[in-house]
Amino acid sequence: MSWSLLFFLLVGAVSLAAALGVVTSRQPVHSALFLLTNFATLAVLYITLDAQFLAAAQVIVYAGGIVILILFVIMLIGGDTNDFSAAQRAWSRTVGMALGIILLLVISYSALSRMMAPSEDTAALLQGGTPEAVGIELFTKYILPFELVALLLLVALIGALVLGRQQEGASEGIPSVKANE
Amino acid sequence: MDWLQLLVFPAIRALILIFVLLTGFAYLTWYERKLLARFQVRYGPNRAGKFGLLQPAADAVKAFFKEEIIPNHVDKPVYLLAPALALVPALIIWAVIPIAKGTPAIADVNIGFLWILAVAGIESYGIILAGWSSNNNYSLLGALRSSAQMVSYELPLGLFLVSILMLAGSFSLVDLVEGSRQWWEWIWLWLAFPFFFICILAETNRSPFDLPETENELVAGFQTEYGGMKFALFFIAEYVNMISTSAIMATLFFGGWKGPFAEQYIWLGPVYLLIKVLILLFLFIWVRASIGRPRYDQLMKFCWQFMLPLGLVYVSISAVLAVFLK
Repeated sequence: MSWSLLFFLLVGAVSLAAALGVVTSRQPVHSALFLLTNFATLAVLYITLDAQFLAAAQVIVYAGGIVILILFVIMLIGGDTNDFSAAQRAWSRTVGMALGIILLLVISYSALSRMMAPSEDTAALLQGGTPEAVGIELFTKYILPFELVALLLLVALIGALVLGRQQEGASEGIPSVKANE
Repeated sequence: MDWLQLLVFPAIRALILIFVLLTGFAYLTWYERKLLARFQVRYGPNRAGKFGLLQPAADAVKAFFKEEIIPNHVDKPVYLLAPALALVPALIIWAVIPIAKGTPAIADVNIGFLWILAVAGIESYGIILAGWSSNNNYSLLGALRSSAQMVSYELPLGLFLVSILMLAGSFSLVDLVEGSRQWWEWIWLWLAFPFFFICILAETNRSPFDLPETENELVAGFQTEYGGMKFALFFIAEYVNMISTSAIMATLFFGGWKGPFAEQYIWLGPVYLLIKVLILLFLFIWVRASIGRPRYDQLMKFCWQFMLPLGLVYVSISAVLAVFLK
């Protein structure tokens, strides 16, 4: 067994354990921390695959942005909101399981089909992880999806703005209506 | 010999780096107290050793002998993890900073800039988790403030970093320092320095932006429930962060290890870097001694309504410069 395989197994085990922790822990903040661990181990795995850019982006976007936002929201709402009704719980469990099984099937299908036909040049793939390579690919071959994603983010941004404004208007509107009466 | 190159040498380097940084932290507290005393026309520490030089050692001994208190109402694992999480980013950000010709502190990776952004992103975890796990309203308020503040100021910080990166044309900090810059590039860079420094002040929670720990409204903010060595870890994290960010600013804006004869005599590199870092640290302390704390909403407004638009303008002009003048 080579060192890299041993390393992969170790990091992978931590990653899986953290993923289990996300769904099993009762405390939302602990779940968020397990999620953070999972993202960090994934970044380590990306580095071992020579995908430095992806690893850095993983840490910047997920660890530096999303998990902090999750923590922020948990703290604002209060951590111990375990007050789902039993019916809601059962419903969410079925849907979650169904989605999980679909995801598992898709991933195993793509992994298996890749294994059956290893046509790609691995040397060329290993060059693909540097920021330069990713940038060139993004801005030539994948320019249309890239721009579409940018548009999607813009729509989300404007949507958030509109939602925020409506709430503000509503809270201002109620006293003014009362004043008219 | 492969594992020697891959594991043992970096590990030795990392240990030396940690030792140097922690010693640096100890004497930074001395430097700050002496300077603040000068600004306020008093003496500062002058009892332990000559010029008070043994004061940091006395403080360390005091912190070690404090009783270890863990309040009953805290979330224990997170409460214990938070101080460590606060300190780690301040140390690991050094990995990519070049300290002499062709010599980064740990590794010359082609994602040096991204490494800085990534570490800046995870810096706030220690504070957020400390505030939450303490189970105390003051701590939680401090933590919420700090997370909002750090996430907000990360955006203009990132924009300035991207501009510098575009003009340098390389992700590696080693290349950035060694590559040559034209005179207009230096001027354009130095125009951004004051704003970058403001972002750094907010990111490191230093005065005047130390709103997460404002003693007159939040007791001690996120660190209210911490004592002894665990409090000392937060303290160390703040000061090591000051050293690390000063080194980054020296590298990005003032040529890092460069100076007269630094190319011929390698050992001069760290000396020049140290001098630049000391000057920048002086700036931190100078600001602390002279400027009062703004209100929290003023701080956020300043970020979103001034710094962020300014950063966007700076990025666009830098892009134009990078395309047409380089």
